[in-house]
Order: sequence, then C-alpha cells, then structure tokens
Amino acid sequence: MNDNLIECCQLEKCFSSQPAVSGLNLELRDGEILALVGPSGCGKTTTLRLIAGFERPDRGEIWMQGRPLSNEDTFVPPEKRQIGVVFQDYAIFPHLSVAENVAFGLHKKSPAQVKQRVAEMLELVGLSGLAKRMPHQLSGGERQRVALARALAPQPKVLLLDEPFSSLDMDLRLKLREEVRWLLKNLHLTALFVTHDQEEALYMGDRLAVMNQGHVQQADSPERIFSHPANRFVAEFMGNANLLPGQVVEQGIETEIGLIPQRVALPFGSSVELAVRADDLGFDLHGETNGVILSRIFKGVLNVYQIRLTSGLVLEAFQPHYRMFPEGQAVRIFADAGHELACFYNGVAITADEYHLDRVTKA
Amino acid sequence: MPAALVALAMTVPLFYLVIRAAGASPAAWSWLLRLQTLQIIGQSIGLALAVMLSAVIIGLPTAWLVTRTNLPGKTLWAALLPLPLVIPSYVSAYLFVSLFAPRGLLQNLLEGWLGIERLPSIYGFWGAWLVLTLMTYPYVFLAVRAGLIRTDRSLEEAARSLGYSAWKTFWKVTLSQLRPALAASSLLVGLYVLRDFGAVSILRFTTFTRAIYLQYQSSIDRSAAALLSLVLVLITIGFLVGEQRIRRSSAEQPYTAVHPAPPVDLGHWRVAAIVIIIGVLLGALILPAGVLFYWLVRGLAAGEQLSGWLRPLTGSLTASGLAAVITVIAALPASLLSVRRPGFFSQLIEKWSYLGYAVPGVVIALSLVFLGANYLPLMYQTLFMLLLAYGILFLPQAVGNLQAVLRQVQPSLEEAAASLGHSPLRVFQRITLPLVMPGASAAAALVFLTAMKELPATLLLAPTGFSTLATQVWGAVSEAYFARAALPALILILVSSISILLINHHTSDEGSAQRT
Repeated sequence: MNDNLIECCQLEKCFSSQPAVSGLNLELRDGEILALVGPSGCGKTTTLRLIAGFERPDRGEIWMQGRPLSNEDTFVPPEKRQIGVVFQDYAIFPHLSVAENVAFGLHKKSPAQVKQRVAEMLELVGLSGLAKRMPHQLSGGERQRVALARALAPQPKVLLLDEPFSSLDMDLRLKLREEVRWLLKNLHLTALFVTHDQEEALYMGDRLAVMNQGHVQQADSPERIFSHPANRFVAEFMGNANLLPGQVVEQGIETEIGLIPQRVALPFGSSVELAVRADDLGFDLHGETNGVILSRIFKGVLNVYQIRLTSGLVLEAFQPHYRMFPEGQAVRIFADAGHELACFYNGVAITADEYHLDRVTKA
Repeated sequence: MPAALVALAMTVPLFYLVIRAAGASPAAWSWLLRLQTLQIIGQSIGLALAVMLSAVIIGLPTAWLVTRTNLPGKTLWAALLPLPLVIPSYVSAYLFVSLFAPRGLLQNLLEGWLGIERLPSIYGFWGAWLVLTLMTYPYVFLAVRAGLIRTDRSLEEAARSLGYSAWKTFWKVTLSQLRPALAASSLLVGLYVLRDFGAVSILRFTTFTRAIYLQYQSSIDRSAAALLSLVLVLITIGFLVGEQRIRRSSAEQPYTAVHPAPPVDLGHWRVAAIVIIIGVLLGALILPAGVLFYWLVRGLAAGEQLSGWLRPLTGSLTASGLAAVITVIAALPASLLSVRRPGFFSQLIEKWSYLGYAVPGVVIALSLVFLGANYLPLMYQTLFMLLLAYGILFLPQAVGNLQAVLRQVQPSLEEAAASLGHSPLRVFQRITLPLVMPGASAAAALVFLTAMKELPATLLLAPTGFSTLATQVWGAVSEAYFARAALPALILILVSSISILLINHHTSDEGSAQRT
C-alpha cells in the first residue's frame, strides 16, 4: 500500500522555451504538510500550478491516489481534481460577500447544506460575524481566512497554499501561520505549502522539499535538511552557512583555520568545501592569529562578528553578548562545532567515514 | 474670485432656461403633455436603450476575442476596433445617408446593374440605430478590454479549483467582474445617444435634440423648446449619476492583474471569430472610409472649388482657436482653487464639471439664444456668443485636464519659493505657471480640437454668414451635395483622431465621459 497521495514523476514545463520545471520528482504523503521552499524563480509556484491543473506539463506524470491526473493521454481539468487552492493574492471574488465566496465551491449541495457548511467554515476560521461583509471591507488577515475557508469548504483531498502569508505584515504572519498549521493538523489535511522563506518552511512543514532551478534538490525532515544538506545550494539556502575550502589529508581536512579531524571517502589532496555555520566557529586572542575583526553586529543575546581571514575569505562567528572585541582586532579563529560538518565535493555532499566521529575540536 | 465669476458665467444660461421654462405659456405646457411629445421621449429613450444593447452585443465579444483568445492578428484588431470613435456622429450619418439614400451611391449602383429602384429607407429609427451603434460600440469595447486585462488569472483559477467548468467560470466569474465596466460604458453610450444631435438630425429620427432644434426653428413660442430641454437634461443627469455611481463603487475593488490569464484556444472557431471582427470593421470603418474616398475623388473630379472650403476652414480655426485660449484661461483659477484649497466651493465647481458632461450642446446653445436675444442684443449674433457656448461646453474638460497637471506640482515647490521670499503672485509666475504650461497647452489643444467638431451650438449661435467645417458638412448634406461635404468631413476626422490621441496621452484626468 502506497501512502503517497500525490506523486509527480519527471515533470517538465517550459514557458517560451525557458524551462520553469524540469526533471521534477515530488511526493506528497497522506496527512502531511510538505513545505516547498526555494528562491524566487526556482519553479515552486509552477509546480503548484501543475498539481492544481492550471498548467499542463510538457512531459512527465502526476498521479493522485493511484489515478493519473496528468500524463501523455490524460489531463484531468482543475474542476475535477478535488484539490483546494489558497492563492497568494487570495483571489476573493470581489463581487460576492464573504458567505457567498465560501459557498462558491458548494454548488452541488442543497441550500440547507450549503448554509450549514458555510457557517461551519466561518466558525472554523473565526469569521462568523462577517458573513455578509464584502471583500473590500475586510482586512488582509480576514481575506486570508476567507480564502482558506473557501478552499476548505468542498472538503478537498489536498490543499495547495501558494505563499499565503507573503502579503501580510510580520506580526499577523506569525499569528496566522500558527493558526493555519493548527487547523490543517486538526483536520488531518494533506497540504502542499509553497514559500520562499526558509524559517516559515521549517515552521510549517512536516517535511521540506528544497527547490532550485526547476527541480527538487532535497526532500526530507526539517532536521535532516538542516544537519545533512544534500548539496552546497541547500546548505547555503537553508543555513546561511560559511563555505570554507579545504584539502583532504590523512588526518582529516586541512583548512585555513586548521585541521578538521573529519574523514571523508575521498582520495588525499581532493578539494572540498565545508559548511561552517556562525555557531560552529569560535575565536580567541591566544597564539598565532589568522584573521581580523571586520565588524560586530549586536543582536541582543549574542554578537555576530565578521572576520576576514588572511586569504581574504570572510566568515561569520557568534559570540555571547558579553564578549566584546573592537573592530580591527587580530584574532585566532577555529572550528568548534561539536558535530560533523557537512562536506561538499563539487557541490555535492560527501559522507564521512562512520568510525571517525570524534568531537571536532581546536587543532 | 475669478473662479466664482467663471462658475457664475457657466450657470447663468441654465438658470435662465429654468426661468424661461417656468414662465412658459399654458399652451407650451399643454404642448409638453401632448401625445407627440411623449412620443419624442419614448423615441429618445428607446433609441438610447436599443443602441446600448447592440453596442454591448458588438463590444463585449469583440473585446473578449482580441484580449483573451489566441486569435491571429490580435494587436491589429485591438488597434482597429476602437477607431470609429474618431468619426464625428454627423460625419458618419452623412456617409451612410450618401450611401443608402434614395439618390445615394448604392441606389445608383444597383439601379444600373439590377434595376432595383427602392432600397429600404436609411431614414428613421433603423438608420439612426445602425449608425449610432457603429459609432458607440468602441466605448463598450474599450471598457471591457480594460476590465479583462485587469482581471487576474487567479480569480478564474479559484473558480476552477472549486469545481466550475471553464464555461461556467466565464459566466459566474469573468462576466461578473465585467459587470461594472459593462454598465458604466453602456450608460456612457446612452448618454452619447441622448446628447447626439448630428446623426439623428441627418437621419431624420426625432429625438429630443432634433425636436428642440425644430421647435426652436419653427415656432414663435420658444418656451416649449426650453421645457423640452429641461426634460432632456433631467434624463441625461440620471444617466450620468448612474454612470458615476457604478464607477465609484467599482473603484473600491483595488484589483490589478499580477498574472494575466492565458489565452483561450479557439480552435476552428478562429475563422468565425475573424469573420465577425472583419464584419464589424467593414460596417464601422471600411465602408465609411470607402464612401468618403469616393465622394472626395468625385468632388475633385467634378471641379469642386478649393475656395469653397477655405472660408469654413478659417472660420473653424478662428472660433476654435479663440475658444481654446479663453476656455483654458477661464479654467485655470477654478482648477487651482479645487486642487490647492479643496472645500465646499471647489467641490461645487467639480460637481458642475460633471453636470457639464450631461448638458447637450443644443441645450446650451438654446439657452444662450434666449439670453442673447433678450438681454444682450449687442452680443447676439456675434462671435462672442459662440465662444461663450464653447467655453461653457468645454470648461469641464479643460478643468479636468488642468487639475491633473496641477496635482503633479507638489505644493512644497510653491512653499519653497515662498520661503525664499517670493510673493504669491511671483510664485505663481515663476513656479506654478512654467510647470503647468505643457499641460495647459495640451488642454488648450484638446479644447481646440473638440470645438472644431462641435455642431449644434455652432449651428444655432454662429453669426450670419459665418461658417465652419462642421456647419459646412451639415449644410451640404441637408442639400444632398454629398461631394461637397467630403473634404471638410475628412479634415474633421483627422482633427478628431488627433484629439483622441491626446486624450489617451492624458489618461491621468478623471476619465469621465469624453466629449465628442
């Protein structure tokens, strides 16, 4: 038994011969919230539109519960897919009231059922008092809720959300995403959530699919994506990591800030890159210095230092809020991660030897 | 103060009309209630409604075809379809009459070939309906097209994801979105028909404007014409208020298309669509142009004298040129006041500007005739009266344009100049005037061009012996000298094209009814 509700295989879609999506594979499991995240123009919205049926793929297949939605011979139109969509601009019908908007998808039900369902949905999103309002009388957050209620009313099998919080201000955004996540989980809904905001993706998604250049780079749990990025793009996009070049030697990886005793299955002398986050780096004033403080940004609980190495490479390092150093101070910077660092060879992650998981300490 | 004077000058004629109507003799009142008068009202409104309906029937599908489908040559059709707007209604009527009239072009042709001696008459309701429909469908076309371009694809996609088929989505969502545009533009069409004088007169269908003109010409008791005018103004105001309401309520929906909708594949229907569009263009553009060309060539071949149209041309240039300068100068204080010191009085001026759109030229002319004949005998039958009429008719347009220009001049510029020690007058001279000058000249050009096309007021108020291109066309057509009308008609079409180009350049103005 396959618990994938939706499966996309080798999808390809071009717009005026520019590929927006190519070789895309994606599965949406029953009951999960999958956050599709990536920089703008990476093809995530196109993916959503392909699943919704607003676009027809040039190649590839989309399956839903074992039935084809789209392949060489079949194309199920959007109205037959039972897939709900919450649009980025909400797409509330401006000429219909809140209640009429929510009732729009219930056209096959009796008036009494419609009335009851609309009331239920408005109750669910907390808009019971506003049934008769017109869209232009609503605030941004209220419109968002109407859009959600309207999409949920016909009980779709899947809900697609296209950057649903991007036009709200920060406070409302945090509040609403909490509400929406709670709602989706309570209703045991399967949902695909598209966003360009990594933090939002980490919050919303049971699983994350990181997209770039038209295909999925990595699909995994938020924790795995954060700790084991599949490639350099994922590491940079999700973690704001510094990329530190190094050479594979017998004891580990030799870098500008010293030897990292972490073995990789590569021949000696291979050039690799290590993802070191700002919290993986420490510095002090002892011994031989290898960098100079460029700037300090005070962030309350901690200080973010920018340090330029002798080679010119600039790394970011955190220090507690009480550790203050002047700009221009020469320092000795070192790795202090306490976990294995992600290592990339030609941009792709290379796993370390299993038996050498020593604490990574100062050389 | 100057603003108040201008406002006063504009309102006096209408007030006088009211007074005159109130003092109408019992005979005039009973005339108003006669069956014949009711018939005029019925015919006017009937024609307006019929033209509104047919303009929608032509304008809506053509706009959809050139905006939302994969029709070949969309840009070309989209550019050609609104073009009938540039033909003044009486010119179009002249061209159709010269084609279909008993002694017209088609009759001659058919008689020669087939021996057909009688064509269905172009005169009356059907002729007026046909000509006015072909003149006014561009209003609907442009409004619907703008509405379609504005609608984001997500609205239609939302309906699809909620289980509506493409066809049902069109009816429930797309068309509903267009309802304000359709309603406002068809009211505009109705307003055009009610105000129109030239076409209905040439096609001999008695609506208000023609009845007022005939009444004015024939009877001694002109109060009846005044009464009739008031009834007409009330109806047009009703249309205008309706149009403004819709415009305002639809402005509350701040929708702009981020993603335009993808084109609909017409498949084999493409051929039918192109046939429909070419059919419309044939009637509205190609046929009139061909007929005009025919008369032009025939007139030249028959040795139509150039000197014959030189006098009307200078007449047009003089009257319109003076009107442009006077109107813009008069509009400046009112616009300044309403932009810089918004308040009750400036709102009044603004309201009046809208009202100005509702009052047909023939009514303004008539009220000035009364006023001139009774109180200003020295001015009556001089160019001054005509210029006054132009001023009243085109002031709203000039004010609208100037307001738009003035809004772009930041008050801080004037304040900066004042803080540097300049008196208000000098600030106006050194800062405001140079900045609004380009806009003001555009406004003047627009008044100039619009005044050249004006027919009814010119007809009623021009001094004896003074003729313009518009009256030249009118005169030649009334006497069935079709070839003589061709050249002035061509010049008028060119003039009108330029003015529409200018309007499109200055869409920043209130965007209300365009005077034609």
